[in-house]
Amino acid sequence: MTPDIYIYAPLLIASLLIFSWSCYRRISLVNVGRPEDRFRNPLQRLLGVFLYAIGQKRVISRSFGLNHAVIFWAFAILLIANGEFLLAGLFPGVGLVLLPDPLHHALLLAFDVVSLIALSAVVLAAIRRIFFAPEYMATSYTSPRSLEAFLILGCIALLMLAYFGLHGTMVATGKAPGSHMPLSSLAAYAMAGVPAEGLQSLAAFFWWLHVIILLLFMNYLPHSKHMHILTAIPNCFFAGLDKPNTQSREEFAKGESFGAGSVDQLAWKDLFDGFSCTECGRCQGVCPAVATGKALNPRQVIHDIKTNLLNGRFDQETFKADKPLIGDGEGSVSEDAIWSCTTCGACMAACPVFIEQMPKIVKMRRHLVQMKARFPEELLSLFENMEGRSNPWGIAPTDRTKWYSTMAVKTFAANETEYLLYVGCAGSFDSRQKHVTVALTTILDAAGISWGILGKEELCCGDSLRRLGNEYVFDRMAKQNVQLFKDKGVTKVITQCPHCFTTLKNDYRQYGLELEVIHHSELIDKLLTSGELKLNHQVADFGRIVLHDSCYLGRHNDIYQPPRQVIATATGTAPIEFERNQENSFCCGAGGGRMWLEEQQGTRINLNRIEEALANKPDTLCVSCPYCLTMFTDGLKDLQADQTRVRDIAEVVAEGLRPEQ
Amino acid sequence: MLVVACIKQVPDTTQVQIDPVTNTLVREGIPFIVNPYDTHALEEALYFKDQFGFRVAAISMGPPNAEATLRKALALGVDDAILLSDRCFGGADTLATSNVLSAAILRLNQQEEVGVVLCGKQTIDGDTAQVGPGIATRLGYTQLTLVDRIESLDPVKKTIRVRRKLEGRYEIVEAPLPVMLTVVRELNRPRYPTVPMRIDSADAQVQVWDNTVLGLDVNSCGLKGSPTWVSRIFSPERDKGEIIGDGFGDPVGTAKLLIHKLLSKDLLHA
Repeated sequence: MTPDIYIYAPLLIASLLIFSWSCYRRISLVNVGRPEDRFRNPLQRLLGVFLYAIGQKRVISRSFGLNHAVIFWAFAILLIANGEFLLAGLFPGVGLVLLPDPLHHALLLAFDVVSLIALSAVVLAAIRRIFFAPEYMATSYTSPRSLEAFLILGCIALLMLAYFGLHGTMVATGKAPGSHMPLSSLAAYAMAGVPAEGLQSLAAFFWWLHVIILLLFMNYLPHSKHMHILTAIPNCFFAGLDKPNTQSREEFAKGESFGAGSVDQLAWKDLFDGFSCTECGRCQGVCPAVATGKALNPRQVIHDIKTNLLNGRFDQETFKADKPLIGDGEGSVSEDAIWSCTTCGACMAACPVFIEQMPKIVKMRRHLVQMKARFPEELLSLFENMEGRSNPWGIAPTDRTKWYSTMAVKTFAANETEYLLYVGCAGSFDSRQKHVTVALTTILDAAGISWGILGKEELCCGDSLRRLGNEYVFDRMAKQNVQLFKDKGVTKVITQCPHCFTTLKNDYRQYGLELEVIHHSELIDKLLTSGELKLNHQVADFGRIVLHDSCYLGRHNDIYQPPRQVIATATGTAPIEFERNQENSFCCGAGGGRMWLEEQQGTRINLNRIEEALANKPDTLCVSCPYCLTMFTDGLKDLQADQTRVRDIAEVVAEGLRPEQ
Repeated sequence: MLVVACIKQVPDTTQVQIDPVTNTLVREGIPFIVNPYDTHALEEALYFKDQFGFRVAAISMGPPNAEATLRKALALGVDDAILLSDRCFGGADTLATSNVLSAAILRLNQQEEVGVVLCGKQTIDGDTAQVGPGIATRLGYTQLTLVDRIESLDPVKKTIRVRRKLEGRYEIVEAPLPVMLTVVRELNRPRYPTVPMRIDSADAQVQVWDNTVLGLDVNSCGLKGSPTWVSRIFSPERDKGEIIGDGFGDPVGTAKLLIHKLLSKDLLHA
């Protein structure tokens, strides 16, 4: 079938022009954002593209993701067929037909089969949306049964049907080799009784149907969530490489503005994220704030930033938003939402295309704290305690050494002690966590590790401040700590808190300090494996142990196996797993500075997690983070589930060091 | 109208220790903070500024390093920060201190009419609660202590209505301006400085007024002007505490142990 070139050519050119213009209009809006380097380490980035965009690794990691992968790969193959189709309309005779027959026939077979697979996948997707949509697909601005979703699925299905229709007529009229096109042959078989003119009209009908759907679909793309087929692959390329991928430093110069109070104060990649979102809802499905009825929904945050950007206008060269970024209603992110984030990182780990929800929230927190001095009132004393006394409770810094008042503990000295034991605020001041500190030191001594502490000179690492957006004070504390570590010649550090761990290891790197930081779970695991630490007996006192993965150890630093192995070695039994474990672990509720905030909306995050634990009827809930320890101890009390205890893994191991009775 | 907040730099008392030999405060390495009650006085002054557009001056008497305290006030938004510092002001008791502060307020009054002077109800190092009333007496201002709420302020009629928090009761009083208020913590929630304000305050001017500016009789200020002196400072004797039992591993046993101890010392009656 050859179309009238005078109709087809202008139609095609106009469509392509409008499509390009729409894409340009939208994507160029990201220039409103601040500059940020997302090109360094291009090879690593390309690898990410192969693994996650082309390989669809994260997409298929969740239920039904394979269906999307099938559509994606089918789309990639059919892109060739559709490209040829559009081109052949302009230049009849040009196309795959020019290839050697065996290759041409193989491609025709592939297109035929792939089109059927794509059609089936699209039908399955529609069925899922109608009958089995997971709860997380629905949100305030869209639903699984949205018109947009069915328009997209419908377009794809129609394209496939038109393909079979058109190729059916071609097989029927002998213009295509039916022997290599089983599905199109089937269509041809269905047209068996149609006379020749009828076939010609049918061919024209299917051809035009295919062209019109294709061009309409193409022009619908930039205005829909389907835009992601253009942006998701680059978004995987631009993914953050730092861990934890939370935030960059700020320069505190006069006249500057800090944090993000408007879209133009976000980075360009923050804005690009909005165009890459497919609205799959996976971030929403894993978010502890959403699960417990808070104001925050990470998907909504991305949507609102995008809406805010799209509703703005340009006054000369300057971008003017039509409403504030932080506020209420669509296109703004509410303050309640901003303060609800535990920075657990579940949303970012779930996003198939590497959208960064959490850093945007921290940027908005920075704006509220640093430019407006506006934050929940509980934080005022936290901020002052941190700045004045370098610990969250405002306890006298001289009390930092009280935990070892009756023990002999060495002070760190560069040539005399190998490791610095960075005790941390909880380990130094929290009456419960002090037991963990003591257990850990017992283990270190039993293994013959050379360690020392900073004693009264130790300062808070500043983790909560950074996650809460008080970057200015964090910056000062980080500089003090970095100087202190450099002065003391510290190179190897042991921490018992994943928050100290990640701050010393990852955040201080931005200040030019490369430390070998080891979390106690890794160190104990290493010592047990190497035989340097020998237990006197197998630990049996803790009964059934269920292990919780702390967000800042697991998702933020990929440490999953050491705590498991430690428990397995110490008790002889592998720990029981939560249903949501490892990278799917569910936050205790204390991260991101939420430890210091009241939880006023919805239900409690710690109770959500404890109820999950109790389903396993554990005797002991094992953690390796002081925040988790506090949250779960409190939660078990709330639920009057005193039969279950909370223990740090160091306490479990230390039990095995007691003399055998 | 000018609002004056009197603030003082004090040692962070949670971190203060007393040298058992010399009976003096160990000041080495002890950080200084703004007297906590004064932060509420400052907040209220800034609130008046927000509400009525009054100009706010923060004044502090102290050694040169007390400048840090005034810089914090600048970061919070005061218009003028004035450090009253002179060797002859040193070693002052509450009388000499109120003499110096009153002289500074009088001087400020020459530039712009002072309507309200705010002080914390007391400082956490001296705990006398005398300086505020001392200022009011010296300046002849109405004195309203222990204010926990400002009911109203009328800048035209020049009157103020406040609530005083007294033992077991409240008292609502009205007084003509100028007035000296001492405030309690319940009055307000101090604000937090924004970062641009902090950065700007780093190079803002803290004025230093010495006695050549105030022109006080040296016998009325500092050690010479102080009829009170501290003869001895000491910590009350206290037996050293001890940790008994294993409260974590054996809470019931430890509780029993504690009860026995208390019974044996006749601190508890069975």
